[in-house]
Amino acid sequence: MKELKIGCGKPTGAKLGESAGSGKPAEETPMGKEISMAAVKVGAKAPDFEAPAYQSGKFGQVKLSDYLGKWVVLCFYPGDFTFV
Amino acid sequence: MELLSISVDSHFVHKMWQDYELTKMVEGGVPFPMLSDGPGNIGRVYGVYDEDAGVEMRGRFIIDPDGVIQAIEILTPPVGRNVEELIRQVKAFQHVRETKGEEATPSGWQPGKPTLSPGPALVGKVWEAWKVEEAF
Repeated sequence: MKELKIGCGKPTGAKLGESAGSGKPAEETPMGKEISMAAVKVGAKAPDFEAPAYQSGKFGQVKLSDYLGKWVVLCFYPGDFTFV
Repeated sequence: MELLSISVDSHFVHKMWQDYELTKMVEGGVPFPMLSDGPGNIGRVYGVYDEDAGVEMRGRFIIDPDGVIQAIEILTPPVGRNVEELIRQVKAFQHVRETKGEEATPSGWQPGKPTLSPGPALVGKVWEAWKVEEAF
């Protein structure tokens, strides 16, 4: 996990995009333009993204495409401190 | 297999949840990265973001080493996942990949159980190779 410098300006926020390095912030890629919803289906490439993360005492930046070559399970959930 | 969890909470809140609750459930806390998708942008693209509630549904995506999505499950918040079934599916997809698609895993397959080899010889003969009871 790439370490993340902690500041107060932008506490959260993820980046979406296919290619490494293009690094366009999410707000510059409106939905339905560069990445369409139809892209997400079984048998299709998982849309790449980069997001701030917390892991074992450290803050970092996680990029999905850094996991190429490994099996990945991506789990969304409604929120921390929710019950189920 | 690598697990990534993701919600609209900030990574700071993830830390608090880990420190104050998860460490009481799992010794040392959960080992995987807890990702933050504050604006819900990733959730929208993955089709799990609920605009009205402002949160992400329980979407679960199995992604293979080529970055291809092999399985999707999406639940509304009140029902939790079945981890055993997740692991079974990952093992099944790994098996299929290892055999380069030569073998397929029938309903109810578990590691060690027989697989099926799709091909002309199997057409109309699945009833001989696989029994309904094996689905349960």
